[in-house]
Amino acid sequence: MELLINLLINGLATGMLIFLLAAGLTLIFGLMDVLNFAHGGLFAWGAFSGVWLYGVTDSFTLAIIGAILTGVILGFITEKLIITPVYGNHVQQILITLGFMIVLSEMLKVVFGPNQLAAKTPPLLAGSWEIGDVIIIKYRLFIIIIGFIVFGIFQFILKRTKIGLIVRAGVMNKEMVQALGINIKQVFLYVFMTGAGLAALSGILMAPYSGVIYAEMGMEFAILAFIVVVIGGMGSFPGSLLAAILVGLAGSFMAYYVPALSLAVNMMLMAIVLIFRPQGLFTAKG
Amino acid sequence: MSILLKVDNVHTHIGQYHILQGVSFEAKAGEVSVLLGRNGAGKTTTLKTIMGLTPATSGQITFNNKSIVKIPTHHIATGGIGYVPEDQGIFGALTVEENIKVAMKKEDDAALARQEYVLELFPDLKKYWKKDGGHLSGGQKQMLSMARAFVNESKLLLIDEPSKGLAPVVIEKVMEAINEMKKQTTIILVEQNFLMASKIGDTYTLIDDGETVQSGLMQELIENEDLKRKYLGIG
Repeated sequence: MELLINLLINGLATGMLIFLLAAGLTLIFGLMDVLNFAHGGLFAWGAFSGVWLYGVTDSFTLAIIGAILTGVILGFITEKLIITPVYGNHVQQILITLGFMIVLSEMLKVVFGPNQLAAKTPPLLAGSWEIGDVIIIKYRLFIIIIGFIVFGIFQFILKRTKIGLIVRAGVMNKEMVQALGINIKQVFLYVFMTGAGLAALSGILMAPYSGVIYAEMGMEFAILAFIVVVIGGMGSFPGSLLAAILVGLAGSFMAYYVPALSLAVNMMLMAIVLIFRPQGLFTAKG
Repeated sequence: MSILLKVDNVHTHIGQYHILQGVSFEAKAGEVSVLLGRNGAGKTTTLKTIMGLTPATSGQITFNNKSIVKIPTHHIATGGIGYVPEDQGIFGALTVEENIKVAMKKEDDAALARQEYVLELFPDLKKYWKKDGGHLSGGQKQMLSMARAFVNESKLLLIDEPSKGLAPVVIEKVMEAINEMKKQTTIILVEQNFLMASKIGDTYTLIDDGETVQSGLMQELIENEDLKRKYLGIG
C-alpha cells in the first residue's frame, strides 16, 4: 500500500509538470491551429532563467515569477517573429518552430554556458514527511498543489470570464469569432504568451524536481506534452490534465514494475487512444 | 433612401479559383435586398467578401460611404455589420446563453434590455438558455444565429440562406423574425426559397457565374417570368 501511494505521488507530480507544459500547447494547438515545437525551448528557458534568478536572489518565489515573465516575453517574440508568418501552414510551422527550438537551446548555452546546471530545492520545500511507511516528498506535493491551482485558475478564466468564452469559441470557429467583432489575432497572441508562461512555469518547477537542467531538456518534455495533447484532445484543458496525470502515473508505475517499458508506455497510450478515440479523450470543438 | 452599402464590380479569388467576377449592387437603408441565383453562383462568397472573410481582390465596397475592402473582419463587424452564415456558425459546446454573450459588445443596462428584446423575438432560445448550441434543432440554431447577430444594434445584417434545411412551419417563424428585424435594420438576404425571398425582399440582385446579371425592385422580378425561368429555374 505504501509503495502504491509513493508511486501515485511520483506519478501525479510528473503528470502535473507535463500538464503545465501541455496546457499552453493544447490551447495554442486548439485555438490557433499551430504546431509549436519551440514550446520545449520556452520550457527550458523557464528552467534556466528561474534557476539563475534563484541563485541571484535566493528567493524561489522571485525565481518562479521571473521564469514566467521570461516565458511570456519569449512567447511574445516567438508569436510575432516566428508564428505569425506561418499561420495556416503546418509544414512551415513544423520546420520553423523546430528550427527555433534549436536556436532557443543554443542560446541557452551562449547565455548560461554549455554545461548542465545543478538546481537545488528551496529549503522550505526540501525533505519529506514520513507517515508510517509512506514517504511524502514535500517538493512533489508542492508541484501537485501548484498544478491543481493553475488548473483551477484557468478553468475559472475559461468558464467564467469573457476572454475565456472568446477563447473557447475561437477553438470551435475562428471565422465566426472574427465576424462577431473580435480581434482573433490579438487573442492568439495573448493565448500564445500565456502558453509560453505556463511552459516556463513548468520549466522552473521541473528544475529542483530533476536536480539538473540542460539545454536539450525542452525537446524531451515537449514530446511528452504533445502526447498529452493528442491523448487529452486538442484544445481541451481538462483533457490535458487527465491525459498528463495518466501519462505521469503510467510512467511512474511502469518504471517500477516493468522498467523496460517505462519509456514506451506513453507511446502505447497514445496509440490506443488514437485507435479507439482519434479525437482524444475530451473534445473542445462543438 | 440613402445607400448604406455599395458593392462595385467586386472580384474575389479563393486560392486559384476566380469566384466573383464582377458583382455590383446597392443596399438602401431600411430595405431588404435579396441576392438570388443558382447554387454556386457566388451569393455566399459575396456576403463573405463584404465581411472580409474572403477579401475582394479588386473592386470597391463602401459601407456608410467608407471603403471596407481592406478592413479586417472584426473591424467590419464592430463598424455595424452583423453576419448570419449559411452554416449558422453556432459554437456547439457553448450554451445558448454563452453564444449570445460572446457576441455582446457591452453588458450594460441598455445591452441587457436589447438582449431581452431579442429573446422576445426568439422565445425558444429562452427555453433552451442553458442548453449547448450543438444540441439545438436546425431551426433553433438558425434562430440563435440570427439572435446573436441582432443582439448588437447593427446597421446592416447579412443573412445567408436562413430557410435552408428547415421545415415549412419553422420557415414561417424565421420569416416573422426577419420581418420584425427589418423594422430596425437594413438586411441583405441570400435566399434560394423564392417564395420567401419575394415576400420579404424590397429589391433583388440576380447573380450568375460570379457576376451580377440584373438588379431591380422585387415586384418587377415577381412579374418577369422569363428572368425567373432563366436564372432561378422557376415560373
